[in-house]
Amino acid sequence: MSAISMILIVIVAFFAGMEGILDEFEFHQPLIACTLIGLVTGQLTAGLILGGSLQMIALGWANIGAAVAPDAALASVASAIILVQGGQGRAGVSSAIAIAIPLAVAGLFLTMIVRTITVAIIHIMDAAAEKGNYRTIDMWQVICICLQGLRIAIPAALLLIIPASQVRALLEAMPKWLSDGMAIGGGMVVAVGYAMVINMMASSEVWPFFAIGFALAALTDLTLIAIGTIGLSMALMYLKLDEHGSNGGNGGGGNNNTGDPLGDILDDY
Amino acid sequence: MADNKTDTKKISLTRNDRLKVAWRSTFIQGSWNYERMQNGGWLYSLMPALNKLYTKKEDRIAAYKRHLEFFNTHPYLASPIIGVTLALEEDRANGAPVDDVAIQGVKVGMMGPLAGVGDPVFWYTVRPIVGALGASLAIAGNIVGPILFFVLWNLIRWGFMWYTQEFGYRAGSRITDDLSGGLLQKVTRGASMMGMFVIGALIQRWVKIDFKPVVSRITQQKGAFIDWNKLPKGANGIKEALTQYNLGKGLSLDKVKVTTLQDNLDQLIPGLAALLLTFLCMWLLKKKVSPIIIILGIFIVGILLHVVGWL
Repeated sequence: MSAISMILIVIVAFFAGMEGILDEFEFHQPLIACTLIGLVTGQLTAGLILGGSLQMIALGWANIGAAVAPDAALASVASAIILVQGGQGRAGVSSAIAIAIPLAVAGLFLTMIVRTITVAIIHIMDAAAEKGNYRTIDMWQVICICLQGLRIAIPAALLLIIPASQVRALLEAMPKWLSDGMAIGGGMVVAVGYAMVINMMASSEVWPFFAIGFALAALTDLTLIAIGTIGLSMALMYLKLDEHGSNGGNGGGGNNNTGDPLGDILDDY
Repeated sequence: MADNKTDTKKISLTRNDRLKVAWRSTFIQGSWNYERMQNGGWLYSLMPALNKLYTKKEDRIAAYKRHLEFFNTHPYLASPIIGVTLALEEDRANGAPVDDVAIQGVKVGMMGPLAGVGDPVFWYTVRPIVGALGASLAIAGNIVGPILFFVLWNLIRWGFMWYTQEFGYRAGSRITDDLSGGLLQKVTRGASMMGMFVIGALIQRWVKIDFKPVVSRITQQKGAFIDWNKLPKGANGIKEALTQYNLGKGLSLDKVKVTTLQDNLDQLIPGLAALLLTFLCMWLLKKKVSPIIIILGIFIVGILLHVVGWL
């Protein structure tokens, strides 16, 4: 791998690390990070497919309340580097995914370390505020963001130092039953992210939407855009009908969540 | 005389100032810490506005300290709170009796409910939908996937942040009443409906389980399968076979019909196994099992069942 590629990888890793905490531009999402690493190393297609597959697994990963989700930034950056170093192209995607999962856990501990270091920095900001030094406060904010960037950039650089031949030997030493089994696990593990989403949003009102979505998806002619369009239209129709139902006075204000809006409309006529 | 003078020199934040604050609020989580969470990023975001509003050093120091208090919400939903705070600070700088307690009260009063809106809408509806759309294109090797995800997401995000910050700025402290009313609640409800719909579809499409055990082997009657020995030779034979097979709707390929457990499950409803696995994960999550343990567990089970020959 050329020096320029390596530098670019570390830069991508830095941005992914920053975004791991900021969660704004989404550079840390596998779809973006893996694709960028594929791009700068000339293995765009492999990176793209890895990014897409990992993204499907990471869809529901989000830090909510006390539940800590696996870290997408380290998982996507490190697995993409391993994929590129392994030199197996597309064929290496499923073992790269299997490697990504433990890395997502490791990334979690790195985040916790940085967030603890930041407590000390906040006290430096307190002292600067006491003196009215706004430039110092700004500077420390930027330093904090850079620390989060380094959280991913340093492991990425370390991975790059490991010679490609060793990574390749390790991947090739993996028995077939293990790599196949991991690919099967990768196909199932997607369910965890979805389960997190459902647990967050489920209520008696929205379960029918889930059921219809599940049943409709078996029609393979429907693309995701089509499915999204149907879902959006149904939600809009439901809310509209619900509104009319409660305005009509028949449904009563209190039970419009569980009542029958369509029935209320029909009663009005 | 002195009072009149300050009245005529009323300070207000220009659109440009507010844009600067909005841009800085992109980095609000940068100094997230276990003690006061987003406080550093919050002050960093407000900094240009505070420096414009307060020119005297002691006023600035008081403002900095005021905004280093504990703060935490969804990073995008911080925008309406920033808007309201800007309006309050502007009033205060122009001599209105807005005290620290009022400002802190607005911040704390809004951050909880708004975080409750942002999580389901952004992390659990918009991102899974836009992400799945991009990912499904990317898996097929289409570069449009990640580009679409990036552009769409950032348009939605930036549009939302700027609009709600402006909305908060104009509405001032009245926003809190506004939010508890209809519109926001409706958006959250609509989002979770759409989210659940798409998640249902995604489980069917993307959770892959294939049970290998054979349930039955039935030797079929003559005429139910393609009799390969009686086909014409060469290309005609292939054509005839394809016609008889009729994309799986016609005759079957082999004399013995093999039905796997998966075929049986799919006859009930395609993707049933995936659905059951998802319900199992939900149940485990509700039992406070860490998602990481579930993920690792699924890998181990996947490998074991594969070795045994079930998957």
